[in-house]
Amino acid sequence: MFKKFQPSTDISGQTPPKSSVQRSIRAAVLSQWKIEPETLEQIWPKKESLIHVKCREHISIYTVHNEPLFFQHFDGPIYPTLRLLHKYPYILPKVGVDRGAIRFLLAGAHMMCPGLTSAGGYLPPPDGALPAGAIVAVHAEGKEHAVAIGVTKLGTEEMKKVNKGVGIEIATHLGDDLWAVQTL
Amino acid sequence: MCSNRCDYPQPTQPVHVFYCKVCTFPVEYCEFGSSLTRCKEWLSEDNPTMFDKFYSDEALQTKIGTLSLEAQAKLEKDTAKKEAKAEAKAEAAQKKKMASQVLIKRIERNKRKHVTAILGLEAFDIDLKKAAKFLAQKFATGASVTRNAQGAEEVVVQGDVADEVLELIESSSGVLKGVPVANCEVVEEKKKKGAEGGA
Ligand SMILES: [Zn+2]
Repeated sequence: MFKKFQPSTDISGQTPPKSSVQRSIRAAVLSQWKIEPETLEQIWPKKESLIHVKCREHISIYTVHNEPLFFQHFDGPIYPTLRLLHKYPYILPKVGVDRGAIRFLLAGAHMMCPGLTSAGGYLPPPDGALPAGAIVAVHAEGKEHAVAIGVTKLGTEEMKKVNKGVGIEIATHLGDDLWAVQTL
Repeated sequence: MCSNRCDYPQPTQPVHVFYCKVCTFPVEYCEFGSSLTRCKEWLSEDNPTMFDKFYSDEALQTKIGTLSLEAQAKLEKDTAKKEAKAEAKAEAAQKKKMASQVLIKRIERNKRKHVTAILGLEAFDIDLKKAAKFLAQKFATGASVTRNAQGAEEVVVQGDVADEVLELIESSSGVLKGVPVANCEVVEEKKKKGAEGGA
């Protein structure tokens, strides 16, 4: 999503959304992530206004005190930025890719099923299976911190069965152009 | 603050990730960046304990994980290649920067009134809006960023301040820091040309 993203040319405006919109964003975050209201309050205090940074191709970034916290494509799910996920790693379910997949991921590739199902990869067990369309933290073999955030294209059980094609579409990864902007 | 132990749910405290000052990645990912040599140099000085954690022989052995040895060798080769490429790119960018010109134009508006247009500051990573604000404050005048007829953005300051701007650059003050004075040139633009005004 953030390939060749340049703040100087790709941002069309920064505005605080209406408070009703802010309330619905807060509600969406609380329902889509596994985050306690008080922790969200710590990240984004109710008395602080969110700033909506409008970008090209219907991408929205939301900031508090110029720090990007969330982003969204159209009115799709709300993703945390990778830096935010690093601070609160438990807010999203985890999947893992093997070491061989890391450099492809960092080059902007989506994650193929074999990289997730191999010995170095990780998918949740059947009783914790994720459906298609779930936002996930993508971890990497032997690493402590997440390397990317993406969305499942298939259910995780289906990934194990089919074991080919794209399993996870990457929304943001370490070193992409969103990572490069620390403040907006 | 709250003396009697309150039962309010408390927020979870954030994890502090140790980020690399060189490549900005969490240090465990430096090996996948394009500046591993410099990252290692920095870390060995900044935090020797961390350095040992990631680059001791033992750590190097375990991190390979399920990756085959050939694949690991390929990875290392790729990293070295990427590094060389990034360095060459940075060098070329630096060269280009050093070769770019800053033009300070003294433009005659009418008999006694001038404006000063400054072109090419962006090549030295200067925020034009900030530069305009800085200059306006410095000379107690008006300054703005405008697009000229060629489509390039320039800083336009009201009044004849060309020499003063040059002095500011020479003393590398404020936001104008980093512009080599040797790359700057002051030129006059007389009104006679007639092409002015419409832009
Ligand atoms: Zn590094």
